[in-house]
Amino acid sequence: MRITCPNCGERDRREFYYQGDALALGRPADDAGLDDWDDYLHNRDNPAGDTRDLWFHEAGCGAWLVVERNTVTHAVHAATLAEKVKR
Amino acid sequence: MRLHAPESTVTFTFDGRKLKGVPGEPVSAALLANGIKLVARSFKYHRPRGVMSAGSEEQNALVTVGHGAQAEPNLRATTLEVSEGLEVSSQNAWPSLRYDALAVNDLVSPFLAAGFYYKTFMWPRSFWEKLYEPVIRRAAGLGALSGQTNPDTYEKAFAFCDVLVIGAGPAGLMAALTAGRAGADVILADEDTAMGGRLLREREDVDGKPAGAWVTEALAELDAMPNVRRMTRTTVTGAYDQGTYGAVERLGGAPSADKPIECFWRIVAKRAILCAGALERPIAFPNNDRPGIMMASAVRAYVNRWGVVPGKRVTIFGNNDDAHRTAADLVAAGIKVAAVIDSRDDADISGDYPIYTGAQVIATKGRHALQSITISHNGGTRTIQTDCLAMSGGWNLTVHLTCHMNGRPKWREDIASFVPTPESIPGMVTAGACNGSFDTAACLAEGAAVAAEIADDFGLNAKATVPAADHTAYSVTPLWAVPGKGRKWIDFQNDVHVKDIKLAAQENFRSVEHMKRYTTQGMAPDQGKSSNVVALAVLADATGRGIPETGTTTFRPPYVPVSIAAMGAGSQGKGFAPERFTTSHKATVARDAPMIEAGLWYRPSYFPQKGETHWQQSCDREVGYVRNAVGVCDVSTLGKIDIQGPDAAALLDFVYTNMFSTVKVGRVRYGLMLREDGHVMDDGTTARLGEQHFVMTTTTAAAGLVMRHLEFVLQVLRPDLDAKVISITEQWAQFAVAGPQARALLNTVLDQELNDESWPFMACGEVSVAGVSGRLFRISFSGEHAYEVAVPSRYGDNLFRMLTAQAEVMGGGPYGMEALNVLRIEKGFITHAEIHGRTTAFDIGMARMISAKKDCIGKSAAARPGLLGEGRQQLVGLRAKGRDHALTAGAHLFERQAAAIRVNSQGYTTSVCYSPTLKTHLALGFLENGRARHGEVIKLRDHLRDITEEVEVCDPVFFDPTGGRARG
Amino acid sequence: MGYSGFRVIKEGLFGQKGWKPVWRDPDPKAEYDAIIIGGGGHGLSTAFYLAKEHGMTNIAVLEKSYIGGGNVGRNTTIVRANYFLPGNSEFYSHSLKMWEGMEQELNYNVMHSQRGLINLFHSDGQRDAFARRGNAMINQGDDAILLDRDGVREHLPYLDFDNVRFPIYGGLYHPRGGSARHDAVAWGYARGADQRGVDIIQNCEVTGIDIEGGVVKGVQTTRGAIKAKKVGIVVAGRSGQVAAMAGMRLPIESHVLQAFVTEGLKPVIDHVVSFGMGHFYISQSDKGGLVFGGDIDFYSSYAARGNLPMKEHVMDAAMTLMPVIGKAKVLRSWGGIMDMTPDGSPIIDKTPTEGLFIDCGWCYGGFKAVPGSGFSFAHLMATGHHHEAAAKFRLDRFRSGAGLMDEEGTGSQHNLH
Repeated sequence: MRITCPNCGERDRREFYYQGDALALGRPADDAGLDDWDDYLHNRDNPAGDTRDLWFHEAGCGAWLVVERNTVTHAVHAATLAEKVKR
Repeated sequence: MRLHAPESTVTFTFDGRKLKGVPGEPVSAALLANGIKLVARSFKYHRPRGVMSAGSEEQNALVTVGHGAQAEPNLRATTLEVSEGLEVSSQNAWPSLRYDALAVNDLVSPFLAAGFYYKTFMWPRSFWEKLYEPVIRRAAGLGALSGQTNPDTYEKAFAFCDVLVIGAGPAGLMAALTAGRAGADVILADEDTAMGGRLLREREDVDGKPAGAWVTEALAELDAMPNVRRMTRTTVTGAYDQGTYGAVERLGGAPSADKPIECFWRIVAKRAILCAGALERPIAFPNNDRPGIMMASAVRAYVNRWGVVPGKRVTIFGNNDDAHRTAADLVAAGIKVAAVIDSRDDADISGDYPIYTGAQVIATKGRHALQSITISHNGGTRTIQTDCLAMSGGWNLTVHLTCHMNGRPKWREDIASFVPTPESIPGMVTAGACNGSFDTAACLAEGAAVAAEIADDFGLNAKATVPAADHTAYSVTPLWAVPGKGRKWIDFQNDVHVKDIKLAAQENFRSVEHMKRYTTQGMAPDQGKSSNVVALAVLADATGRGIPETGTTTFRPPYVPVSIAAMGAGSQGKGFAPERFTTSHKATVARDAPMIEAGLWYRPSYFPQKGETHWQQSCDREVGYVRNAVGVCDVSTLGKIDIQGPDAAALLDFVYTNMFSTVKVGRVRYGLMLREDGHVMDDGTTARLGEQHFVMTTTTAAAGLVMRHLEFVLQVLRPDLDAKVISITEQWAQFAVAGPQARALLNTVLDQELNDESWPFMACGEVSVAGVSGRLFRISFSGEHAYEVAVPSRYGDNLFRMLTAQAEVMGGGPYGMEALNVLRIEKGFITHAEIHGRTTAFDIGMARMISAKKDCIGKSAAARPGLLGEGRQQLVGLRAKGRDHALTAGAHLFERQAAAIRVNSQGYTTSVCYSPTLKTHLALGFLENGRARHGEVIKLRDHLRDITEEVEVCDPVFFDPTGGRARG
Repeated sequence: MGYSGFRVIKEGLFGQKGWKPVWRDPDPKAEYDAIIIGGGGHGLSTAFYLAKEHGMTNIAVLEKSYIGGGNVGRNTTIVRANYFLPGNSEFYSHSLKMWEGMEQELNYNVMHSQRGLINLFHSDGQRDAFARRGNAMINQGDDAILLDRDGVREHLPYLDFDNVRFPIYGGLYHPRGGSARHDAVAWGYARGADQRGVDIIQNCEVTGIDIEGGVVKGVQTTRGAIKAKKVGIVVAGRSGQVAAMAGMRLPIESHVLQAFVTEGLKPVIDHVVSFGMGHFYISQSDKGGLVFGGDIDFYSSYAARGNLPMKEHVMDAAMTLMPVIGKAKVLRSWGGIMDMTPDGSPIIDKTPTEGLFIDCGWCYGGFKAVPGSGFSFAHLMATGHHHEAAAKFRLDRFRSGAGLMDEEGTGSQHNLH
């Protein structure tokens, strides 16, 4: 598996650390309540198809990326710097 | 027997018998040349078997090579190269290949039908492990491993290219030529020792010359191109995501210490062209497994390529035109063709040998070598003397790689084969026989066309010039299994025959996956390369379905078996993970300190001195250094992260539970870090070196994790924060100097005098250490007056030697991990033994450290009701009631009178030590509602080590509870 | 039809003609008392115990493909009860006891073999953690023995004690741990359920769950609508998709776990061995193949196939720990889809919809749970009450934080146990 890092170009999967669903970008407020936090921490759409998740180019430039890919075909559509997506 | 005397020969052995062979030819060819038909025994019934094919799909001729630690089982005689002194042995036979005791299985085979073992061996219950299973296990298996450590060298490598061409037959060669001529970066890989594929095995002309001559020219042209790499003996084993391919290269030649025997390649290709050809399939007829019964294409290969005569009176049985090449080739080589049997009534063939159309082989004779066959013809039968039967049931396309990413091949009726589904592997196209185009002209044309198309995609200019070649059409009329009685083998390796598959269908194992799993068809070393299509055709027939509805099982990587040593090359011994050494490593080892692993690091356990016979003595002495004089310990393995920027303090406020923006410049604060799920992730001290400059320390274990976490916070959660982090763990050597004499010791190496006013407890700052710019932190993990002094790593070795030498003058010295652990337990300081991922700030008594004034990672989740309250197991200290009684970590805690069973377990111990300071055994642990139970005597029970102790619950800070020593 | 050695001999003499289908292939009825969605190990055992323990025989198992085709048919076949946290501890203990009587209960030889499991440890800290685990196992009434280095050497002399990157300090030995023939478990339960009247319906994919007024009414399938009073979702690897039909979002991410098997070899590894520093575990099957695996591939996936980095990592671990198997050859690798929960422990619970139940989240440990899970889930579906052995596998533990079962200590968030 290979991911095209916006900073480094196409790199092997083994340079990246996988974190999980990109919903992690939308951290609730500390007083958001149990349900919001439950959804943030635990509950997942877990799609069989296109998904957005967070990867860390740990053995590369150190960028956190939002990767758009497909969980069935493993096609990787795009990778964007997480800080850009967040902003 | 050989057609011509070979130019040179070498000697190899088979089961100890010395034989002549031609160097580089397959062992199977040499065995046949020596007239050896019986080569192996089958898996289940131990039936005598001979060479069946001439490639990696071989089902029968598995052998062991070499002896001692180098013995390698389950190698295919058909791909194994003859070399001087090669030792080849048969396997799965005892006492000998010829007289194999377990051949008795064959006699009782009626009772050993598919799945019989699911129905018996159940009584009495205990007999399975004691009797049945050991017998089965000993009988099962094929070859044997040597039982010794693998002595050979293997390698792994990466390769990158524009176009990977898999298979160097006519299509592959033409594809590589076309892409190469256009200027693309090409890798051409083929598993054979020589490239050319079928062109080396068939008598054909290409471009008006013998195919072999054309191949030689093509290879010369490829070798002249700097942009083309040819890899022989290289099998592409798997197709993976984004154009990554696995391949195993057998390096060939004589093994030597400095040369790997195999290399596992990870090839990244922008595009790939699969030219893997096709594999001939057998026909299921009674006793079709006798030594001497071979694939027709293999017979041609042995005759045409290696000049080996597989039999003196050869018969041929087929259902397609292709089989008749065999007769023609044999005749051309002067070998007698005893009969050609074609199952098709309308077969249009002629030749100067007996021909039987509309005929079938219905019986064979010859236990260790084929003697005769019986055919049915025109309503009668006829027996023909023969020592070699060449069979051809048609061709299965080698679609395997196209299925590695869940692609499903499609059935094509006219050629009676599965064909690849286009785009099954992104970036891969198929050409030639594996695409259903059998004749050489079509293979050449397709190879050229797909390569030209790819070159075009790259913007390169490709000219597809295709030489003239044979274009005889392929015609086949399926014949899967000959009707009638007798065992008709389908999966030769696993001894699965037609009746097994019918039985599976009868018992409702009708799904092709169920049939496979129930009968074990396709699960032998050849992975069903030859048997799958026949098996599912028989299943389709038995279940009244067509082949397309029956479907196939999934081909999975690797395409050929790959040794664990090749895929794990470099990891044997220490190569599995990097080793990290501190700057004091040499000096420490020189003091004979036993080194222990701390993650990837090595740290000293203790520093033994003369006369000490037990680690405990050394440890007690080292604890004494710190409590009474001064000790020195390398703490460089702790993670160090430099944090700078206008929002550095805000970042720390967000990742730590407690406040860091209020820390003054020149001060250090202890911080607790949670995961977002509310459990403790790590702890450590962070020093403020400037308004916008902090240095964080992490535990050794969590250094990488915390670094990743900080980047996550900065980039994913809070990109609004203007701060940067970088790991400086390896840039600084850092030593703890602890004990009442700590300041006095440091004053001998520092260029300025320390005192309480300039360096109070929890102060930090820049210092000059013997002329070197360093950093000093007055922090303590021992509870004593202590510092950590840091210098750039290149000075670490020197500073450690200076500090330890000076400490020894002052009645102290270096201390190791054992003493460090005792010192921190005496003080109730936690490590990952306590913050093991399941404990909260509340559990460890630090709930108040979660600041109410701000949000932080983990704050909300930590406030969940289930993570608070009396029911939680809380950190406590435990003292042995009996003075000399050692406590153990991992023991469980119970009320005094309670039985030591799960429902009564109230906690467990995490860390234990003998405290030379307090002269007693101590433990840290977690106990239900423990903070409210100080003073209570409870029971510690360690079933594993049979220890039961009464212990008193107390505050986890055993020593100097007010902390006066550290401050003083 | 009873299976026995006598019967095998008799059929051998008469051309195997008497063997009947191991299960029938009935058409679905219009209505059942209960429907189990998913014909894997857990679904089939649920059906079996609904019929056997609770007399519910008007039930159906709906399988979209062929039964036993999910994780029960693609795992490394390890059976053990070496968990230590309350909830897991009693459940796996109960499940292992059921394994010990499974062949007699099913009259089917699943080749459950208690060869002994040894978890190696490589530091004092790991030893202490394993001691806590071993003591918890004994507290629960199961067996555990703490081996030192010499003790390990006695059992596993072929390990590389001298050069391995992470030295072997010892091991936690679980004599009752072992392995079984995975496919046979599915077939055995299918046969047992079928004999009790359960309809096992293959090639029948559930496409919708009918709910009226918060009460489940039945399911829509590719073979028509089927009514049911109770519906159980037991579809590891597709739990999220099926639960979504009932409007639920689950605390699950799907991941791929690879496994490997070599060619048949004469006996070399007698136990089940697990390497504490390398995420590597191995045993040898009765056929002689070395069966082994490692960690998940670490990216959410439904592809049932993995990539090279994890394959190589597994081989790397094998080579440092037991270079004696270096010349064994990997014949086949495959991938299964794991329901990964935040804390690495499963869910057996009611759902907000009345009559709809769910059994999911087995992560990569579902095989050994097959009997216990089916038994407990059947109990819940039949009685509406949690069986005490599986009472802690609640869906709401994540929301409340109470009763989290994080055996690995890597977190009770999606940290990929």
